[in-house]
Amino acid sequence: MNTDRFHSDRLDSFRELLERSDAALVLTAMAAFYLLFLGIGAVLNYNLAGIISILGQVTFFTAVYALVVLALNLHWGYAGLFNIGIAGFMAVGVYTMAMLTAPPTGSPPGLGLPISVGIVGGMVAAALIGLVTALPALRLRADYLAIVTVAISEIIRLTYNSPAFSTFTLPGGIALGTGGANGIGNFPSNPVRAIYYVDPESAASGTTPIGTAVFGFFENTLGVFRSAVIVDLTYGLVLAVVVLLVYVLLARVGNSPFGRVLKAIREDEIVAKSLGKDTDRFKIKTFMLGCALMGLAGVLWQGFGTGAVYPQAFRPELTFYIFIAVIIGGAGSNTGSVLGGAVFANLLFLLPQYLPNIIEQTFAIQANPNTFIAAVGPIAAGEITPLLGYVLNQRLPALRFVFVGILLVYLMQNRPEGLLGHRTETAAAVDLSDGHTPRAGSQSDPTPPAASDPGGVEDE
Amino acid sequence: MVPYARGRRLLRDQPGLVVVAAAALLLVGDLFAKLLGGGLTPARFGGFIWDGLVIGLLIGLAGIGLSLTYSILGFANFAHGDYISWGAFSGWAVAYLLAGIDRYAAGGLLLIGAGDGPAPGDVGVSITNTPLSIVAGLVVAVAFTVGVSLAVDRLVYRPIRNADGITLLIASIGVAFALRYLIVFFFYSGRQGVTDISRVPSYDIGGVVINAHELTIVVVGLALMVGVHFLLQRTKLGKAMRAMADNRDLAQVTGIPVEGVIRTTWILGGGLAGAAGYLVVLTQGTIAYDLGWLLLLLIFAAVIMGGIGSVYGAIVGGLVIGLASRLSLIWLTGDLSSFAEPVAFGLMIFVLLFRPEGIFGGVSTA
Repeated sequence: MNTDRFHSDRLDSFRELLERSDAALVLTAMAAFYLLFLGIGAVLNYNLAGIISILGQVTFFTAVYALVVLALNLHWGYAGLFNIGIAGFMAVGVYTMAMLTAPPTGSPPGLGLPISVGIVGGMVAAALIGLVTALPALRLRADYLAIVTVAISEIIRLTYNSPAFSTFTLPGGIALGTGGANGIGNFPSNPVRAIYYVDPESAASGTTPIGTAVFGFFENTLGVFRSAVIVDLTYGLVLAVVVLLVYVLLARVGNSPFGRVLKAIREDEIVAKSLGKDTDRFKIKTFMLGCALMGLAGVLWQGFGTGAVYPQAFRPELTFYIFIAVIIGGAGSNTGSVLGGAVFANLLFLLPQYLPNIIEQTFAIQANPNTFIAAVGPIAAGEITPLLGYVLNQRLPALRFVFVGILLVYLMQNRPEGLLGHRTETAAAVDLSDGHTPRAGSQSDPTPPAASDPGGVEDE
Repeated sequence: MVPYARGRRLLRDQPGLVVVAAAALLLVGDLFAKLLGGGLTPARFGGFIWDGLVIGLLIGLAGIGLSLTYSILGFANFAHGDYISWGAFSGWAVAYLLAGIDRYAAGGLLLIGAGDGPAPGDVGVSITNTPLSIVAGLVVAVAFTVGVSLAVDRLVYRPIRNADGITLLIASIGVAFALRYLIVFFFYSGRQGVTDISRVPSYDIGGVVINAHELTIVVVGLALMVGVHFLLQRTKLGKAMRAMADNRDLAQVTGIPVEGVIRTTWILGGGLAGAAGYLVVLTQGTIAYDLGWLLLLLIFAAVIMGGIGSVYGAIVGGLVIGLASRLSLIWLTGDLSSFAEPVAFGLMIFVLLFRPEGIFGGVSTA
């Protein structure tokens, strides 16, 4: 056997593994992203602490995006509920957590409850708001539901933004507050810090035995003295475990009798109804579960990840990000959701933050004009660097939105089913592919055979 | 006996509607109590009504286009708000340029004072000070937005003309973000003053203060609405649009030039959106890249309230939403005044829940 043949065999078997095993697919994608950002760290001459920091960011953003995208996929991919109020439900989760756990003496005052109560409370509050939304909204057409959910998300944001509830007193004389436009920053810090520090609120309080051992290892063996990057990386890994748990939960839900009814509703609600299923109940439960997960994602992302919540973080742009991630992954597929979240977080969110540094370092661009005219004016004289400087230093975030918007249009025109949305998830409890039905060829074919799934793509 | 039975049936079938109606009655009663008791002066009340009419007229103007595209193309166009923003920016760029070209460099004027460009007070744009530049800006706003909406239709919507409403809706969200952040790319992301409000004359009519810019808006807005009315009534266009909203295939086989009507719809809707955006800046005095997006939900509220597809419904719905958002300030005082917008959103949700075909019965009058 010559080496070419050997390689192509290895490649084929690897491709087969990717198609068969979702875990392999996700792990391969993550390995590629880690390698990409390792390369970026190397190009930018980061030291080891900087590289650990980048890898921590990759893990964190991949995990939080995957989490929200999974929750949205439950709404849209499984139950066909077109919810574009994601930012609002995330805000409810994290704000409830912050208001429950912030110290009563702080500004704004909170209730001072333990973190675990805060997290559960945030999820419950998001689920309840979801219930309030879902009860009436289910009677609406999909496009009306979209308008209602985006209106509710804006109502939520404007309520948190309003000075009226900046601080207020509950009937029992207990003071509470949303902090108005400034938000809340005094809730307990990331619980992961408790692994390393005696007092999780302060890095100066001294380290726990684990902290001493881990920090000592990094300092003595690897020469990394910034303990914060180790804490962040740990948090990212904890979030990865959370994503795994949620994935397992949703996979179980999807394969349970409950999930089979959901898939039936998605395919044809009237059929499900005429089989005696109370479809509204199923939809409400699904909507609440998805909203609770969005609330959890809000807590883990904006709460413990960012360390402060403020209303501006929950603008409709956030919803838009999650949406494009689910469309990249393909609505209806949990693995696709994780993959879509990872692709969006790394290639469309994180990468553009490092791109200007790389380009500027490579091409030595110094110009930094602050208006478009000042940037294009010099082109007449053959000077292109002011325009590049303007794009890179002043307007890259705006251009990212433009690019992502165009990408969304492109996807809707050319690949509305996303990366993995073409997979037809059977509603049957037993594996139909195991010798019962021939599936030869169908796996490598990106479009499903028309006869097997006449309405699937249109439904999404 | 009969009306009694009817009332009981209403209570049983639509308890929510009864609650909402009761709440509305309560508010109207409280309003009269406030007016008679002196808690609310007639002048203040008149001021709220006037403000509501001005903003309502603009919402209605912008809503006509949204309503037409919603019914004829079958999707909720989330990019409509950003057509409005582009109308505002393109129009005011030209108005600024014409008003200040004799004193300032063209670049800073075209970017409406971006970076260290000229300040609004120095340029002095207002309807009394520089009427020609204001009119020229309006014309450019309309023309430019028509161009944008036709280009977007050609590039984005036409290739997926027969896709379902949700696919088109998602595509329109992509268009919305691309258009919105293109404004940030060329102009700026903050909110900036534009008109020179200090030199605009205002008139006191029975205690209600009306300034010349608001009068301009009402005159231009009403003129455009009358124009649309005649266009749809006196030409075959209105009938063709109604036919297409009803059944596009049937319209096509009866010889209606479908693509031509769609193009006319975009020209009409885009032009009105651009005019509305330009005029919104005239009343607010400031311009921001997301001004259209902030209006979009109110416009959706107006369109849904008036019944999708109905031009007159959109106008009336706009007035209702405008009035509701301003009149709510009678009760929402102090810190609560930030809830004027949520009130309008809430109103829309109520209409969707209890009367999704619109309060005017959803009769398409195009």
